[in-house]
Amino acid sequence: MLLIIKIKNVSSIKNNNMTKEDILQQVNEVFIDVLDNEDININNETTAEDIEEWDSLSHIQLVVAIEKHFKVRFTSSEIQSWKNVGEMVDCIQVKAA
Amino acid sequence: MEFNYLKKNLKKDFTGLKKIKVSLLSDTASQLLVQAIRGYGYEYAYDLDIFEADFNQIDRQIMDYTSELYEHKADITIIFESSHKLLNKFNKLPADQKKYYAENHIEHLDMLIKTLSAKLKTKIIYLNLAEINDTVYGNYANKLNNSFVFQQRKFNYLLMEKAAITPELFICDLSAIQNLYGKKQLFSPSIYINTEMVLSIDILPKVAHGILSIIAAMNGRMNKCIILDLDNTTWGGIIGDDGIENIQVGTLGIGKAFTELQYWVKSLQQRGIIIAVCSKNTESVAKEPFEKHPDMVLRLEDIAVFVANWENKADNIRQIQSILNIGFDSMVFLDDNPFERNIVRDNIPGICVPELPQDPAEYLQYLYSLNLFETIAVSNEDAERTKLYQTESKRVIQQQKFTNEDDFLKDLNMLSIVEPFNKFNTPRVAQLSQRSNQFNLRTVRYTDADIEALATAEDFHTFSFTLEDKFGDNGLICVIILKKENDTTLFIDTWFMSCRVLKRGMENFVLNTIANFAKENGFSIVKGEYIPTAKNEMVKDHYKNLGFEESGNFWTLNATDYKNKKCFINKK
Repeated sequence: MLLIIKIKNVSSIKNNNMTKEDILQQVNEVFIDVLDNEDININNETTAEDIEEWDSLSHIQLVVAIEKHFKVRFTSSEIQSWKNVGEMVDCIQVKAA
Repeated sequence: MEFNYLKKNLKKDFTGLKKIKVSLLSDTASQLLVQAIRGYGYEYAYDLDIFEADFNQIDRQIMDYTSELYEHKADITIIFESSHKLLNKFNKLPADQKKYYAENHIEHLDMLIKTLSAKLKTKIIYLNLAEINDTVYGNYANKLNNSFVFQQRKFNYLLMEKAAITPELFICDLSAIQNLYGKKQLFSPSIYINTEMVLSIDILPKVAHGILSIIAAMNGRMNKCIILDLDNTTWGGIIGDDGIENIQVGTLGIGKAFTELQYWVKSLQQRGIIIAVCSKNTESVAKEPFEKHPDMVLRLEDIAVFVANWENKADNIRQIQSILNIGFDSMVFLDDNPFERNIVRDNIPGICVPELPQDPAEYLQYLYSLNLFETIAVSNEDAERTKLYQTESKRVIQQQKFTNEDDFLKDLNMLSIVEPFNKFNTPRVAQLSQRSNQFNLRTVRYTDADIEALATAEDFHTFSFTLEDKFGDNGLICVIILKKENDTTLFIDTWFMSCRVLKRGMENFVLNTIANFAKENGFSIVKGEYIPTAKNEMVKDHYKNLGFEESGNFWTLNATDYKNKKCFINKK
């Protein structure tokens, strides 16, 4: 029991064991806050088509808010390359590791 | 304030807020800036109706008199040209043209402003350049007039020169915002490359604040007074415990922090901000450093109202307000003690109470960042204001000696100079037009340029009034603009007065002047109007009290059989 707690602590400090589910859930929170819509429930396949408030303008806000939340920086090409939420999450997982 | 917070404001209820029409022309993508400005407007209780031109349409919108810009008829036009776009243009110039870039661009801007102003009565807010150091010449660029660094700074300088002689042009100092927060916060390269936006999300609220403080000043909202706590705010230490030789100001301890703060307050005082003191102290003890300490920058003669006692600060500030006769929402209260700050904040609605940092070394830098004292006009009388309020306190004492109001007024030996607008009084008339909120019947704001135009406009008759008495000169304190409505009727387009001359019979003197002018020029009816605002309740019954009769939404006075009202003011 003690050992498990220890391992958990280490992982949260290093922040490197985040699963995609963790990231997706946190990204969802950012979406809710930035787009000001409590009903948003994204999954890996979600695209801008699926969410009314997600347009090119709010996209930039989302990117900046996600960068802040995960303390990462995306490159300009990355920002343009994602086809859905899943690709964004992959990118976060690599950078936050 | 965060951008997302401002964005959420957009969903709030704007009904009942003051509507102001704004146009925004930009050479980069400005959608988020528009959201930030409108969202920040909500914080000021403004419903900003913003027309945003498609990006890179500055010239087309202005040059084409059939454009949406002219259709929108904005009160305020914001022009935002970015240093990034200007650098692109600069780089395309032939080498021998680069050294003329700033001058040519100013000339172009001047042409745009003239074209715009010829067709539309709008104030212009231009954002100056947030510098880019392209390092093409390194530091040597400062010695080279064909470098971008050189031309960019020259442009910002020429812009100030242009603004100084163009009454409708105001500068929003984006360069100063970049100085404060740094290029890294102002500009996000990846956002720029992806979206054509040159301002980062985090800086948008600061830029919107810069623009809104100018808009607020244009609408008469500005801080006029700073109220200082003393111990650990104006000097370090506690005068009652430490004694005059141990308080920290000048070279003692961290005295430099307080000395520099005092120099700042003194500069504000010299430009017309009223300084008051509100301190929990015995009055004589509190005054001693102002009289005797060699390192004190502020002296008693700089303080318009000095209140030091053991009463609670909210009551004391109410007393200061009653002497100064200005709104609580034009006062700033500085106090190091969070408890006092909260009491004042909770009990005095509208007053601005900065959350001073714990370390006095940080005070000044923090206060700079708030930009508390925006204005859109200054006049020579500003510098005299402290004296005016000091004599006002003397008048209050004198008045207490007379039991009969008339005797008191007679004893004041009041004189007034009545003149039409001219180039000497224009700045003060315009300034009073921006600042008068309470005694202002219709609250139509006029700028320097408007006043100049009115002075010579047909069908308009203008009057300015000064008032002096045996205690001192109040300067120009009342303005009347009359408009010929038809052969019989003269309409009082504007009547505003400084509140510091209330209860002297000035209203009667002014009405005598208006009625006699009407009579002499063959008008039989003088017509007035009261347009209510959040602040001019005080003059709701103004025309009624002066004997006007109600007729619909207006008030009328028969000028033909007008008899002069009693007053003790003589024409000089």
